[in-house]
Amino acid sequence: MLSAHIPNIPGSKMAYWNPQIETMPISELRALQFKRLKALVNRLYEHSPFYRQRMEAANVEPDNLKKLEDVNKLPFMSKKDLRDYYPDKLFVVQKRDIIRYHASSGTTGKPTIVGYTKNDIETWSESLARALTSAGLGQDDVIQIANTYGLFTGGLGFHYAAEKIGAAVVPASTGNTERQIQLIQDLGVTAMAATPSYMMYVGEVAEKIGVSIKNDTRLRVGLLGAEPWSERMRDRIQDWLGVKGINCFGASEMAGPMFSECAHQQGIHFWGDICLLEILDPKTSEPVGPEEKGEMVLTMLTKEAFPLIRYRIGDITIKHEEKCACGRTHPRISRITGRVDDMLIIRGINVFPSQVEYSLMTNPELGNEFQIVVDRKGALDEMLVKVELKPEAFTDNIIQLNALRERVEAKLRNLLNVSVDVELVEPGSLPRFEGKAKRVVDRRVY
Amino acid sequence: MDDRAKYRIKQLSIFSENRPGRLMDIARDMKEAQVNILGFTIAEGSGYGVVRMLVDKPEKAYEKLTSEGHVVKFTDVLAVKMEDKPGGLYDLTVMLKEAGINIEYAYGYRNHPSAVLILKVEEVDRAIDCILASGRTLYDTSHFK
Repeated sequence: MLSAHIPNIPGSKMAYWNPQIETMPISELRALQFKRLKALVNRLYEHSPFYRQRMEAANVEPDNLKKLEDVNKLPFMSKKDLRDYYPDKLFVVQKRDIIRYHASSGTTGKPTIVGYTKNDIETWSESLARALTSAGLGQDDVIQIANTYGLFTGGLGFHYAAEKIGAAVVPASTGNTERQIQLIQDLGVTAMAATPSYMMYVGEVAEKIGVSIKNDTRLRVGLLGAEPWSERMRDRIQDWLGVKGINCFGASEMAGPMFSECAHQQGIHFWGDICLLEILDPKTSEPVGPEEKGEMVLTMLTKEAFPLIRYRIGDITIKHEEKCACGRTHPRISRITGRVDDMLIIRGINVFPSQVEYSLMTNPELGNEFQIVVDRKGALDEMLVKVELKPEAFTDNIIQLNALRERVEAKLRNLLNVSVDVELVEPGSLPRFEGKAKRVVDRRVY
Repeated sequence: MDDRAKYRIKQLSIFSENRPGRLMDIARDMKEAQVNILGFTIAEGSGYGVVRMLVDKPEKAYEKLTSEGHVVKFTDVLAVKMEDKPGGLYDLTVMLKEAGINIEYAYGYRNHPSAVLILKVEEVDRAIDCILASGRTLYDTSHFK
């Protein structure tokens, strides 16, 4: 893939990694998407027994694709396929052409394995290089990567992209938080890639050892993702740590972290030349209306080793089509509000942990950590939310503490439409996470 | 210095989750810090409690508890000397009612030959004035050393 690094024009805030693609008129982008979709489908129909058999079962041939919308004639894929055809039966290149493997984190079940050709790695780096540039990063930056390196795609994904844009990389990986803080200070780190919960944890540890991220470091940008997080959490990270929270998105099935918001923070730019995005109603599998919430379905248009067609990744979001203030034309998505599979059903009502987080964060008396415990008492689901009381919010007055608890319960009830018990717990008593936070303990026995 | 300040007794209020072993932790901390507990009560919230203690070395206790990760606050309370005989509490509450002073919470302990009533009120200074004006005795901070 052709890419040209256009340096920052003095006095201009616009900086693109690949301006020709990133600002491509929509009609041209759609034409490119269709061309790539056709080529992909032809290739898979010819070379992949899996895809050929799926297409035949769905009564569709490459020639049935006459326009971009015809993508909806193609069959879906799901995580189950990735597991059923484990480890490499969905690969569509010779083994010798594969230069790297990653495996998913396996948060929700058996891990899946993904392979990459040289071009796949290049596309991945290109995608994220555009993202980092759009977030305002460049050769002058020092980027500390506090995502796990190894089988998890986060560490190496950000690493390659950061090197590609010429930034200095600090491959810190996860853990050893005091050391991370020391590196941030000693190396003048300006950006950090991490999970949002780890970013918060870094802030907590820093305070404990007498370091203010805001005042004592040059850290100004957080490349945050790999778990659902809320706008409120972003406000906290920005206000408290002085770190601009840039929301990032990706998944090992796609390649790894690939897309992010630009400095305008108005949704994640989804590079249309790389990924064709559909937003569907999870129940009917039909497209939702404009600006409506639905399930993401992804077709990776240029992947060689491990293609994906109409993959139901399980995330819930909204697509925005209008051009961004930064000048980029590609569609954007709102922050992920949850996953089809981490959605809790409480007394028949859909509840996402991200909604709970959102609501809790509106209470300045509460800390950043929370835990949802779901039980079944008789025939009824009971949801308990444990949340840490901030030390400064503690009062000797039980009436005030109970009133706070009731206020938090009422807010949750209003947002979720389901009644919730809230328990105030001591600061520091809930589990901390360096990787993805596990917020839900579901103890229901049916 | 305000004369009344010496009557403001520093009570420790500790936020404590309602789970086995939490009070034991606090008691161990006090033992380790060689702090003697003079008065003590637990108020029960919902899923949590507030432990309230009068100790002989409040600063030391505060330091120890916070270093062990407890959430602790000082609360000013009053210690009224009570005559250890029937009707003592009644007479005092009549006086406070007439002065329009509301009692947020109270607890007592017997300290032969008299008894001590610990009072938490909103208007501490006014309560001090009323109690002293009625001829009663307030213990000052030196009493709890």
